[in-house]
Amino acid sequence: VRFVGDIVAIVLSDGRASGVDAAELVMVDYDPLPVVVNPADAAKDEVLLYPELGTNVAGRSGSPEHDENLFDGCDVVVSGTNISQRMAPSPLEPRSAAAEVGADGRVTAWLSTQTPHQDRMVLAGVLGLDPADVRVIAPDVGGGFGAKMLSVEELLIVWLARKVGKPVRWTETRSESMVALSHGRAQHQSYTIGGTRDGKVLAYRLEALQDCGAYPVLGAFLPNLTGLMASGVYAIPRIEFAGRSVVTNTTPISAFRGAGRPEATQAIERALDAFAAELELDPIEVRRTNLIPKDAFPHTTVTHAAYDSGDYEGALDLALHAAGLEELRDEQRRRREEGGAKQLGIGVSCYVEITNGIDETEFGEVEITQDGGAIVRTGSFSHGQGHETTFAMIAAERLGLPVEQVTVVKGDTDDVARGTGTYGSKSTQIGGMAARLAADEVVERAKQLVADYFEASVADISLDLALGRFRVVDAPEPSLSWPELAARAAADGRLGELKMAHDFKSSPTFPFGAHVAVVEVDTETGQVELLRLVAVDDAGTLINPLIAEGQVHGGVATGVSQALYEQVVYDDDGTPLTSTFVGYAFPSSADLPLWEVVEMETPTPVNPLGAKGIGESGTIGATPAVHSAVLDALAPQGVRHIDLPANGENVWRAIQEAKS
Amino acid sequence: MTKIAVTVNGAVHEAEVEPRTLLVYFLREQLGMKGTNVGCDTTSCGACTVLIDGESVKSCTVLAVQADGSEVTTVEGLADGDELHVVQQAFHEQHALQCGYCTPGFVMATVSLLKENPNPTEDEIRHGLEGNLCRCTGYHNIVRAVQAAARAGT
Repeated sequence: VRFVGDIVAIVLSDGRASGVDAAELVMVDYDPLPVVVNPADAAKDEVLLYPELGTNVAGRSGSPEHDENLFDGCDVVVSGTNISQRMAPSPLEPRSAAAEVGADGRVTAWLSTQTPHQDRMVLAGVLGLDPADVRVIAPDVGGGFGAKMLSVEELLIVWLARKVGKPVRWTETRSESMVALSHGRAQHQSYTIGGTRDGKVLAYRLEALQDCGAYPVLGAFLPNLTGLMASGVYAIPRIEFAGRSVVTNTTPISAFRGAGRPEATQAIERALDAFAAELELDPIEVRRTNLIPKDAFPHTTVTHAAYDSGDYEGALDLALHAAGLEELRDEQRRRREEGGAKQLGIGVSCYVEITNGIDETEFGEVEITQDGGAIVRTGSFSHGQGHETTFAMIAAERLGLPVEQVTVVKGDTDDVARGTGTYGSKSTQIGGMAARLAADEVVERAKQLVADYFEASVADISLDLALGRFRVVDAPEPSLSWPELAARAAADGRLGELKMAHDFKSSPTFPFGAHVAVVEVDTETGQVELLRLVAVDDAGTLINPLIAEGQVHGGVATGVSQALYEQVVYDDDGTPLTSTFVGYAFPSSADLPLWEVVEMETPTPVNPLGAKGIGESGTIGATPAVHSAVLDALAPQGVRHIDLPANGENVWRAIQEAKS
Repeated sequence: MTKIAVTVNGAVHEAEVEPRTLLVYFLREQLGMKGTNVGCDTTSCGACTVLIDGESVKSCTVLAVQADGSEVTTVEGLADGDELHVVQQAFHEQHALQCGYCTPGFVMATVSLLKENPNPTEDEIRHGLEGNLCRCTGYHNIVRAVQAAARAGT
């Protein structure tokens, strides 16, 4: 057993209550072994999780070599630390799985997952089955946030169904989910930043120590993304990044809303604030001085991130204007002069992130049905992102059909030929594009059919998108609507021609934005109240603004929650202290304000939709803005550092420390 | 086993239950009514919220035997045929749900909240619903939906 949450035994029963009774009969006799909980301790390699390997280091990224001359020419050099604390992704629906072996020997697995097609391949691979003999169905899934990809538990359910020859199902309890479902973040950072006296950053060094938990899964890889995005929105001539991932006796770290990129933004934004504070310059002006200018795109950073498009200063201006910076600063000044307990803090963050980060391909298929409607099959998945609506809109627009006539099918590997699922905010830009291009190809096929029926040249056939009607160019008649064409094609046995698949591959896109947070901090108790959060999140062209805004709302809430509330805590023995929603500070509606979302659209040239990803942006921008706001409120008290979450306790401690 | 008779969404259900059976599992597993979800087991998240005799309760913290003789309303009992309840309609129109797992609980809690306070302020809504957790929406559109439902009248 390497962490609380490791699987020690499986009990099968024919009912929930009898299963719980039986599980209580399992007595495990543990011999305590030394544990290591903190990644800094793990890095010392004194207590080894895998003694045969001789080290706890599971991965490295960037360069461990220090350039002695990195900060040459800098008037001011500032160093600091930041911990992007461990969080529990906490989808409201705990994991649930069921598996059954059919009479034909095929296995069907129902999984609460973001990645049904990938899960099918892993299941087939691990169990030694032909992928054709594995069907994965992801029904309505109650949230994922990066954590719901095939795990050992689900593999075991499928293995058991084959072993016992009966259907097997499993649903974890919340307390099981809090320790056994992967966690996120858990990155300890040391930064050094240097530049000129007038605020120009010349060099930046970031060292990231990633806790990857007891088993090095995706967590071991995450510092690569942190390193790639280390430069943030700033033109920094010299950057050095060194990432190390170490195993500890804790829940494994994997993707969680942002996955490696929030960490990068948190580090550079903290560093920039520290740099500005040292220079006694306005942190907003220092940001402005260093922003990559609008006319510099495409722009490749020294960390080799090839930013596609952006207007970082435009986003900052928009956010500051919406927040009413001058009025806020007046109010802050007034409160400082009055000297009351409740002080105002204003925090700003600028960020850029990467979506579809590993150049993925997504599958889309469009099929005209006999009644003249369309089915879109997507290899992407939706567990709350609303692809059912967004992808239908994309296809409907290209087909000239009402959106109600387009049905999106996903999540069943028997219904959809292939796919990658949903993570990394990549769905619309590749899945939406695949649907769009498949729709375009269906239109071309339809024009051929219409040309055959009208004995015209296909080049002369056009589709009136407003009416969904095909015509011979320049003539109002003859014409065929989709239902008429579909009925005729069906009668001729040619309806199958109106079905096309497309696999769309794309390079990454780089959404960006700026957030302004306003907090009230009680300087006597340390209590923080978030009063306002203005979010400008530019994800390129929006397909459905309502859905995009919803993604921002949820993302911002998670980012704010990292700044103010949530943290997974272990004691020194590795016992989790936050394994229920009673102990874990999951925020409620009473803990958060209405969000002030300001739209901005800078299309990407990477895909014809102009769309970037929107699922994680809000999370990335919000945490450093709120963190910065709390520090701003306490600047007169001499507070320069507060550990996240900036909850009452941590803020109070920081105030006491500054006093002493 | 204990014999109970519970009226759920207007229909009387007589059943034998183990005394330790929680109301939510009686609804989900014995009656097959899966609209009521379980999210936490510690009365924290409210996904399992139902009404007992018009009052909202978290059905993971009520024993089925305690509901004996009561009238239980679940999310399945709100709509009138194809016509959504005004609170459901408001959640739909305001995009107040994403994954939807917490939604039945929020809808039931909102029905109860608006019954007690037909015109709540934003602050009253936020505190009135603080026993329900959502990971997707950041609560913004949920608050908007409750306001819209209040305007539409329940």
